[in-house]
Amino acid sequence: MSGHSTYQPKTGFERWLDSRLPIIRLAHDTAVSYPTPRNLNYWWTFGGILTLCLGVQIITGIILAMHYTASADHAFNSVEHIMRDVNYGWLIRYMHANGASMFFIAVYIHMFRGLYYGSYKAPREVLWLLGCIIYLLMMATGFMGYVLPWGQMSFHGTVVITNLFGAFPIVGEAITTWLWGGFAVDNPTLNRFFSLHYLLPFVIAGVVILHIWALHVVGQNNPTGVEPKSKADTVPFTPYATVKDGFAMSVFLILFATFVFYMPNALGHADNYIPANPLVTPAHIVPEWYYLPFYAILRAVPDKLMGVLAMFASIGCFFALPWLDTSKVRSLRYRPTAKLYFWIFVLACLVLGYCGGRLPDDPVIPGLKTFILGDSDPNSFVWLSRIATAYYFAYFAVIIPVLGLVEKTLPVPETIASPALSHPAPAKTEA
Amino acid sequence: MTLKLLSKAVFSKAMGLALTGALLAGGGAMAQAPHPEEPENIQWSFEGPLGKFDQAQLQRGYKVYREVCAACHSMSLLSFRNLGDKGGPFYAPRYPNSNDNPYVKSLAAEYEVDDIDSETGDVIKRPAISADRLPSPFKNEAAARASNGGSLPPDMSVLAKAREGGPDYIHAILTGYRDPPAGLKVDPGKFYNPYFPGDLTSAWSGDPAHIPHGGVIGMIPPLRDGLVTFDDGTKSTLDQQAKDVSAFLMWAAEPKLNERHQMGAAVMIYLLLLSGLLYASYRKVWKNESH
Repeated sequence: MSGHSTYQPKTGFERWLDSRLPIIRLAHDTAVSYPTPRNLNYWWTFGGILTLCLGVQIITGIILAMHYTASADHAFNSVEHIMRDVNYGWLIRYMHANGASMFFIAVYIHMFRGLYYGSYKAPREVLWLLGCIIYLLMMATGFMGYVLPWGQMSFHGTVVITNLFGAFPIVGEAITTWLWGGFAVDNPTLNRFFSLHYLLPFVIAGVVILHIWALHVVGQNNPTGVEPKSKADTVPFTPYATVKDGFAMSVFLILFATFVFYMPNALGHADNYIPANPLVTPAHIVPEWYYLPFYAILRAVPDKLMGVLAMFASIGCFFALPWLDTSKVRSLRYRPTAKLYFWIFVLACLVLGYCGGRLPDDPVIPGLKTFILGDSDPNSFVWLSRIATAYYFAYFAVIIPVLGLVEKTLPVPETIASPALSHPAPAKTEA
Repeated sequence: MTLKLLSKAVFSKAMGLALTGALLAGGGAMAQAPHPEEPENIQWSFEGPLGKFDQAQLQRGYKVYREVCAACHSMSLLSFRNLGDKGGPFYAPRYPNSNDNPYVKSLAAEYEVDDIDSETGDVIKRPAISADRLPSPFKNEAAARASNGGSLPPDMSVLAKAREGGPDYIHAILTGYRDPPAGLKVDPGKFYNPYFPGDLTSAWSGDPAHIPHGGVIGMIPPLRDGLVTFDDGTKSTLDQQAKDVSAFLMWAAEPKLNERHQMGAAVMIYLLLLSGLLYASYRKVWKNESH
């Protein structure tokens, strides 16, 4: 990994193994001696938290798969069987269902942290792209997982989302038929989604290994955005990062447990406890909360194909980001103007998420009717989504490229350790 | 009914696309019917981090279900043995295996269920046992609709989780029937209920700015004062019956709630201690390092 390996095999067995398969050396270099910047704050603990989330999802998922039946006739009741008759089945299922939400909370914080501190900038472009791929895989996995209980939202959500591919000219219809495995969402769709839902987490795990590999080649970014220059700037991963990550994981688990034990259905939708019925469409079809910003972008565009393209482009922006940012300064800590636009971007994403869960024509300010602009009252969620969508794309396409060229930045410190750190060591500071 | 019955054409690609189109267009210029009224927030015994089901209430609720609801509503995910499970209405510590619980056995034996004679293969009737599922009142969906003016009484196994508002909503529906306001046309066999989701725009001939809240429901007002006699002497008001059966339905939908809350308390204490220890370790490890 980065730098020279400091592993010293201590026992005869370790020496024997080290010359044949240096796996202990790999673990030591990755998780013990790996140098981390000493100024990492708690926003950097989410990488570890995400690994924990992936582990929880895979373990609970494998157990659920032992009791689940992927069949349009039995899926709903097999989930209820897990809830009622399997020992601690309710716990495993609620952990898995809420674990998905926790996974997305953590990944969004992780992504915003990368945005704020410029973690996508050279030389971390590949690291960032691998992260974007993980996020896309997570979206696909989460979506297919929500289909499996075969409730009303599962079914009709699948109808809506798979139909999006039908918007593409010429190939659209063929793609949807191919996705469905027939001419409607039905048993073949459920079976293939189950198969893929089981496969993709292991693909994610594979890309996570690449992501960590890329991380250990270039080293972690840090709140100053200045690369570590000497040993004075770093501390070994163990015990310094492990204990801090461990504490953060434990606090995160408190949040997780609050949902699992006290509000396990708060993030779900009541309609998904109604068995899927193709003949009855729920009044409001809404995706899970973590897709709502993209759903709002989709609905903000009046044309279906353009809406679908806008939705995909909104994720595509993340892939292009390393080459859109023109600033020489990495961390927003030293870019006051960019910081302001960043927080507006965070607000725009939250607004989009809120709009995605509401009916497009409902008024934002209750009871206020103004006039019809285009297809709707300006005081409506569809118009609010349009404003937020416009800002979303402007942030990537205009604000980030232009701001890097024109803004006045604050002076950047020489090294991580040279300016006063927020928590200086008592008495004589160490080298 | 808020849930529109679509024709079989929903299977076709065209309908799927139309559905997506409607979502994308966001409903266009359709007038917005008012949302149903907010259900009253009831203080349930099972609310809060330490909440648990009130066994006496569950027993009363089962009686309301058995004598009233079960005439039309199935509860196909429940077996009689579940009634004697830990946390359930008829749990008795003497019978850790609920199949042995004599009271549960006697409740089951009140029903006759279909079986196959293993000697002849003929369909026969026999008294139900604890392991049997609660029998459904109708043979199939068509029979259920035929007996209920075209409406389908939903299965109640997970009803309390399948409705926004849960037990509050069920209680509000059961106690919320009103005489329809003047100007609202309600078909015979249907009943106005301000808590039931729906769109009354087309049935309303009054002021278009004041469309009534709620919708029309196919269920005849099922409960009234004194309808069910409670064995524990609780006064059998409409409100009491509605509360008890709502609690019973919440138990049926979430039978492991007591266990979940108990385990939650232990997990929380464990995690708080672990976090404290890890924080102390963190402070100790980083004590002499600037960061």
